[in-house]
Order: sequence, then C-alpha cells, then structure tokens
Amino acid sequence: MDSVKGRVHKYGDNVDTDVIIPARYLNTASHKELAAHCMEDIDKDFVSNVKEGDIMVAEKNFGCGSSREHAPIAIKASGISCVIASTFARIFYRNAINIGLPIMECDEAAHDIKNGDEVEVDFNTGTITNLTTGKSYKAEPFPEFIQNIIAKGGLINYIK
Amino acid sequence: MGMTMSQKILAAHAGLDSVKAGQLIEANLDMVLGNDVTSPVAVNVFEGCGADSVFDKNKIAMVMDHFTPNKDIKSAQHCLQVRNFAGKYEIKNYFDVGEMGIEHALLPEKGLVGPGSLVIGADSHTCTYGALGAFSTGVGSTDMAAGMISGKAWFKVPGAIKFVLTGKPAKWVSGKDIILHIIGKIGVDGALYKSMEFTGDGLQYLSIDDRLCIANMAIEAGAKNGIFPVDDITREYCNGRFQGEPVEYTADEDAEYDEVYTIDLSALRPTVAFPHLPENTKTIDNVGEVKIDQVVIGSCTNGRLSDLRIAAQVLKDKKIAKGVRCIILPGTQQIWLDAMHEGLFDIFVNAGAVVSTPTCGPCLGGHMGILAQGERAVSTTNRNFVGRMGHVDSEVYLASPAVAAASAITGYITDPERV
Repeated sequence: MDSVKGRVHKYGDNVDTDVIIPARYLNTASHKELAAHCMEDIDKDFVSNVKEGDIMVAEKNFGCGSSREHAPIAIKASGISCVIASTFARIFYRNAINIGLPIMECDEAAHDIKNGDEVEVDFNTGTITNLTTGKSYKAEPFPEFIQNIIAKGGLINYIK
Repeated sequence: MGMTMSQKILAAHAGLDSVKAGQLIEANLDMVLGNDVTSPVAVNVFEGCGADSVFDKNKIAMVMDHFTPNKDIKSAQHCLQVRNFAGKYEIKNYFDVGEMGIEHALLPEKGLVGPGSLVIGADSHTCTYGALGAFSTGVGSTDMAAGMISGKAWFKVPGAIKFVLTGKPAKWVSGKDIILHIIGKIGVDGALYKSMEFTGDGLQYLSIDDRLCIANMAIEAGAKNGIFPVDDITREYCNGRFQGEPVEYTADEDAEYDEVYTIDLSALRPTVAFPHLPENTKTIDNVGEVKIDQVVIGSCTNGRLSDLRIAAQVLKDKKIAKGVRCIILPGTQQIWLDAMHEGLFDIFVNAGAVVSTPTCGPCLGGHMGILAQGERAVSTTNRNFVGRMGHVDSEVYLASPAVAAASAITGYITDPERV
C-alpha cells in the first residue's frame, strides 16, 4: 500500500479511547462488532457515514486514555485507511503501528483539513494532499525501526 | 550527559551502559501483565502467530478484574479463554475471582513488582508501579503477546519532566489532590511521551498509597511513566514482600530534564477534576454548587486501605444523603479483609453505603454502578471522559476519598472540613 485517498471525518483535541470504543462494548474482541460502535459517543453518525478508504483527522493527543487495542482495531475495521493528527497519545501510537493502522503526525494538516475534504496520503514520501483545497503537507516519516515493523506486517511478524 | 532514573532502568534492562532520550532500544522484561479485557486480544495474537510457549511462566500476570464477577455471557467467555490459556501454559500469577484484586492494587501487594523492575502491562494504569521505583508502562494487547512470547519489548527512551515536591500537605490533601493539581497545571498531554520523575523533601510525607495514586495518574498527563526514588518508605513496604531482587536506581545529578516544576505541597487544597477531562481542575473552594447522584470510592487509583480509612473517618456516624448512592470498592481481597476487621464496613453500611467485591466495574462504565442520562458522580477513579461511567450525557467529577465521602453526606461536592 503506497497511498490512500478518501473523505475526511474530522475531530478535535483529546479524542479518547473511551469515545473511540466505549467500554460497554469491550466484552467482545470481534473486529466487526467493535467497528459497529466506533466513535458513537462523539459522532453517532460515523458508522453509517464512513466508507472504505476514508481518512480520520483530529487535533492534539488523539487516542488518549485507556490502552485498549480495541480502539485502533475498531477504527481500522470501520474502513478508515489512515489517521492524521497533530499528536497521538503514546499507547495509541504504539498500538496503531502494532496492528497496522497507518497514522501520520502533522500539525499543520491536522489544523487545516476540514470535515468532508478529500485527502490523499502518500506513505512513501509522507506527503498529505488536500485534494479539495489543493494544499500539500509534509508529515514526519517513521523512524527506520518502525518502518521495519510495518514492512514485516506488524510487531508479531517482526519478532517471529 | 547523565541519565534520569527511568533511563537508568531501561539501560540496565537493555544491557547498555547508557541510553539517551529518543533512542530505540530492546529491553528484557521482569513482568508482563494483562487483564480480562486486554488478555483475550493478546491470546488471539499469541495463538494466531503460532506461538507454543511463553518466555517465563513466573513473569506473566493475568488478573480478571474489569468485568468480574462476570457481568454477562460475553465477559464470561473472555475469562474462560484466559483461564484456559493460563492453565495450558501454567501461568503462575493468574488471579481469578476469589484471589483477584484490581490489578494495580494487587501486583504491588503480592510483591510481584518492586524497585528496579521493568514492567509492561496491557492496561494504561500500569504506570502505577513507578511508586516503588520501577519503570512500568502501559501497552496494548499485541505488545503484551509479544512480551509473553519473547520476554522483551522495544522502547523509545523517554525524556523527562522533574517535579520537585516540597513541604508538608495539609490534613485533607492527599496523593490524589497532588496529581490532580499537577495534571491541571500541565494538561492531559503535558507529559506526552515523557517520564514524570518525582523528587523533593515533600516525599517524606507521602505514603506508598499516596505515591501509587500519583504514579497511577501519570498516564492522565500523557506520560509514558511516573517514577519515585526509592527511600525508607519504599523499603519498608517492599521488605519481605517483593519476590524479586530490589535494585535501587537514582537519577544522575546532571540528568537532563525538559522541564522542572517545583510544587509546594503545603499550599495545595483538595482538588476536583470537572467533566470531561482530568485537567479541568478546581480547588474545593471554587467548585460551586454541584449536586450529585452517585459516589464511587475505589479503583486502582484510590481503593487501598488508607483510602478506605479516610472515607470511614469522614463517614463515621454520618448518613449518606437521600438520593445519593455510595459505592465502595476495596482494591483487593486482602484490603477487603483488613477493612472488615478494622470495622470500616460497619461504618460504611451504617452510613448507607454499599461495599462491593474488588472490581474495576464502574470506573470504566463496565458494571456495578453505571450512570443514567444526566446523572453526576463524584468518583475517586482516574478518568472523567464523555460517557466514561455510563450514559453519554452523564458526568464524572474526580476527587480524593475524603472529598468523595464528604460529598456523599451532603449530596453536593463538599470540602471534608465542612462535614
């Protein structure tokens, strides 16, 4: 996967893992069931609106709170192809890499991009292009160590 | 350039003489922890990749604490899956109903973590054990699975913020008020990716329970870990309890800190975090009139014996306000027994509170105290996010056991000095 393109679902600061997937649904590990309740406590229409390949954009400290890996799993299983944020909470950042949910830290893009914009992300160059406005942004590339984990298909394949 | 206390523990477990902030290392783990929510996902990963052995059956802990005693069939299936895994691989530290406690109250109590330990846990509040001079941090289920297989984890060595705590806290000011004050000051991402290292002459006034509470909430400031130096208070707690070999690390004199805060503990007031972030703090003098429906006293933050004693001190010979439900959750079976023998349960029940088995239950909106639409709770737990304890339109106010107990009596958020 070199690049993804999709419509943006935009959120603000401090989107926590309790709203990404509320604990009342943590009695299942089924990716499909988790995806059916993704974001419902801050955006009850997300599940019905999201389309395969869409992109999630948020501002600072995305994924703060609980270490539940169910959160990136729910986002990935809902069809989201990439999450762009100003900053990520550290456990979410780690979990996203470990399960193969592409994430990008880019403060300027996270501020500028609006709900409903059409955005393209090139993972090789780290370029984020807002196709609606024509503006491009450069995200910090992953360190080589993490690129290796992703290249091997996640942490488990990396350590095997 | 010297190293912080956290960096020294990481370096030692990576077999390196020194490390610096930003460096990626692989380190050997002393303990890998999971609970009944995160372990099933880890077991799926473990089995999915074809693993057939664990690195050390004595260095894995699995605690069935979140939705136990099981709240529904799905939760029961999860516990069954973990129970079977623990049986198959002879996991020594598997704790089920009857032996379990809230994981971050239980592991220190059982002596499974101690000074110098390197611990990962598939629970964000794993940072609690920094109170004992350990490097301890929360991870996800895949990291837990990888840790169970290999006994190792990769880390990006964190930078640090130093908090110099000075002076003696006033009567009703506890570890909870100190950490809420700090989060209010630096924000919920104020320590993102970093260590929070606590030091200063004020530590002599902070019990192990206070320190466990403070380190527990380091994650609420975004930190990778929170850590305290080892002193006589730590040694007294760990001596005869810690099953490993304690190693005391100290930060170098010339260790680099991104920021240094000095906090005069004698100037702090009981502090409450308003919805919906732990950084939305006000001192008890500025809370105004906030009517409440429920009080929760317990959790990995404040479910220890000293917390229950303070609640009992406030509730003794008093009655819970009409219309308020007060739920008290001792953190472990041992704390439950000790509280019972001390007569604390008589005080609680006579006041009109209920005493539960140990469980994380209401803290994360799991069970045993869920809020309805529009309801408000004062809770000694650690998060007050939207919908955290129940309905998306309910509210959680985070406070100390003293404030929570006082509020239960009046039905409004209340200064313990006034009841």
